[in-house]
Amino acid sequence: MTNESLTRDVPPNRDLIEERLVVWYFLASIAYLFISMFGGFVMAFQLIRHNPFNGIELLSPGRWRMIHTNAVAYGFIANAFLGNLHWIVPRLTLRPVLSRPLSYLIFGAWQIVVLSTAGGILLGEAQGLEWGETPVWIDPVAQLGLGLVAVNFMAPILKIKGPMYVTLWYFLAAFVWTFLTYAMGNFVPQYFVCGTSAGAVGGLFIHDLVGLFVTPLGWGSMYFFVPILLKKPIWSHGMSMVGFWGLAFFYPLQGIHHFLYTPIPMFLQYGAIVSTIAVEMVVLTVIVNFFGTLKGSSRALATNLPIRWFFTGMVFYAITCAQCALQTTLTFQALIHFTDWVVGHAHLVMFGVFGQWLLGIMTYLFPRLLKTEWASPKLCEWHFWLSAVGLFVMALDLTLAGLFQGWSWAALQPWDASVEISQPFWIVRIFAGIAMFTGQVLFCVNLWKTWQLSPLNVAAVFSGEPSGVSHRTV
Amino acid sequence: MLESKAGIMLIAGLAFFGLAIAGLAFFGLAFVSNAVVPALMYQDLPELAVENLVNGNLRYQFEDLARRYPDSFEKAYGKPPEEVAAREKWFNQKTADTLRLGRKLYVGEACWHCHSQFVRPVSNEEQRWGPVSRSYEYQNELQRPVMFGTRRVGPDLSREGGRRSNDWQAVHLFKPTSLSEGSPMPQYPWFFDGSPDKPNARGLAVLTYIQWLGSWLESYPYYEQYQPAPLPAEVPNSKPNE
Repeated sequence: MTNESLTRDVPPNRDLIEERLVVWYFLASIAYLFISMFGGFVMAFQLIRHNPFNGIELLSPGRWRMIHTNAVAYGFIANAFLGNLHWIVPRLTLRPVLSRPLSYLIFGAWQIVVLSTAGGILLGEAQGLEWGETPVWIDPVAQLGLGLVAVNFMAPILKIKGPMYVTLWYFLAAFVWTFLTYAMGNFVPQYFVCGTSAGAVGGLFIHDLVGLFVTPLGWGSMYFFVPILLKKPIWSHGMSMVGFWGLAFFYPLQGIHHFLYTPIPMFLQYGAIVSTIAVEMVVLTVIVNFFGTLKGSSRALATNLPIRWFFTGMVFYAITCAQCALQTTLTFQALIHFTDWVVGHAHLVMFGVFGQWLLGIMTYLFPRLLKTEWASPKLCEWHFWLSAVGLFVMALDLTLAGLFQGWSWAALQPWDASVEISQPFWIVRIFAGIAMFTGQVLFCVNLWKTWQLSPLNVAAVFSGEPSGVSHRTV
Repeated sequence: MLESKAGIMLIAGLAFFGLAIAGLAFFGLAFVSNAVVPALMYQDLPELAVENLVNGNLRYQFEDLARRYPDSFEKAYGKPPEEVAAREKWFNQKTADTLRLGRKLYVGEACWHCHSQFVRPVSNEEQRWGPVSRSYEYQNELQRPVMFGTRRVGPDLSREGGRRSNDWQAVHLFKPTSLSEGSPMPQYPWFFDGSPDKPNARGLAVLTYIQWLGSWLESYPYYEQYQPAPLPAEVPNSKPNE
């Protein structure tokens, strides 16, 4: 399964990749996913009025709702991507990252950032910015961490002579944009502007966080893994550049579409709407490019589990983006803004797209990191189906709930009516959540069993020599 | 120039440099159009400090807290001075400080994740909540960052001030279902010392913040059947907690 034959002159993995750190990042990522899911359940049970912790300050659903989103963005997704970058960047550039000690420092600093974010929110110190609730006193540390991440990974990339593969374009852009986005979103509305203009910046922040941090890292990883797994080049390199530059130009222009019908001037709202619809054309080119690559190899969907995770994520991506083009219009906004439609959309993006990709990447990389096949391919299948179907049911259910809520409000029904009609949807959502949760539990069980088969001993992964075992192929 | 390897490298370097600039320029363009332009447009609306947000309506509600929960109030703020001008100043300052704390709690407890603060010109919102939101309403310290919100599990709160009395709000925060059957809102017993008639400093702050919302409007309080709730002293033979 390795591409050793293709890369005969390539330095061995252990000189390039700090595999132990990749494992650490993935484990941290999974741990935060569980913390986040706990928050999701607290809120979900509160909504169906069966929260067993009601009235306990430190388990307040409001605070845990913020931990839910922050743990997903900065705990689950960011950690998984960092581990993933420690694998991809050295393999694509054939150079290690700038500094191993720095890599470990960043790992430690990032866990401190995420844990103190959760702790701060738990103690009621949240900042009033959606996805940016990180207490204000942590923001500078997080900013510094993002700066170091950029330096550490950009060093090997910038040494490349000649043309760069599209993955590296995406990564380079992501490092710079994430740094800028975090600074803009956390400092500008806190210290420089207030009111309506702060709302515009806040909208831009939520938007750029998905579009300029998560999306480029996600697509960059797909452009790396999909051709390797399918053993053929990407369908069209030209088209991959259209996707990249289209994203770079149109994506950041859309921030205000999160706050339509606010007092933000209408001409700016129209601008955001038009760019949103424009970017869907760009998205289409990327989707076509990947399905063009899959063409002729579609059996891989059945036989190759990581490929199935990736392409399922892409189908969800296509659905999300189609949804975007519709829901950004003023007609849709009047109905669905403020409703569970938006919550469904957010889950579809964060878990349906990026969650699927990252879990697929873990499914692919853990055997390589632990030097043994998955202990139970059957559990891997269960992990996939429970996650994908659970998520799909949840997104569909919340989307429908949003329509009913919107119609109830517009019809000037008493407020309670909109809560009552939501109950069946919120109950279905709990079951979808339980399915997704079960999937992740099975994943952990499988990982534990695999670990015990691994020739690496556990202690080596946590302390001893990095990658201390011989690199037999798996 | 293209004959030599160095020439190609130079061109590649320049192209890379140009594209890097383009990447930054796109980010910058978006920042200008989505952030700088609105900021410049509202330059003529000064940002008010909390002290300038204390108005008659809010002072009425704050003093109502002092009358309604005298023990809690004294425990949280001490005794107001006797002399009229000093008392006036004291109340204004306490109202402002309380409003700041109330806003911090409103953020920290994630109230803003289930209650929006803007009324849109669509979906009959004007009829349900009152006048459509306007920019000047947000040009103040308490809207930094702005509390627009993105989800409504519960109703919009930007016109909530004065709609319901302090004791209604207190009981509702203590246990929402006791007033609003079927409400999915969580309980906030940590705003109280054991019972809804004993709000602590945090409880008083949240109540003040809620009563501030919309208190700047002429249409305050925006409620068709508004009746001020009677104070305990005005109801003969009343017992607290009933």
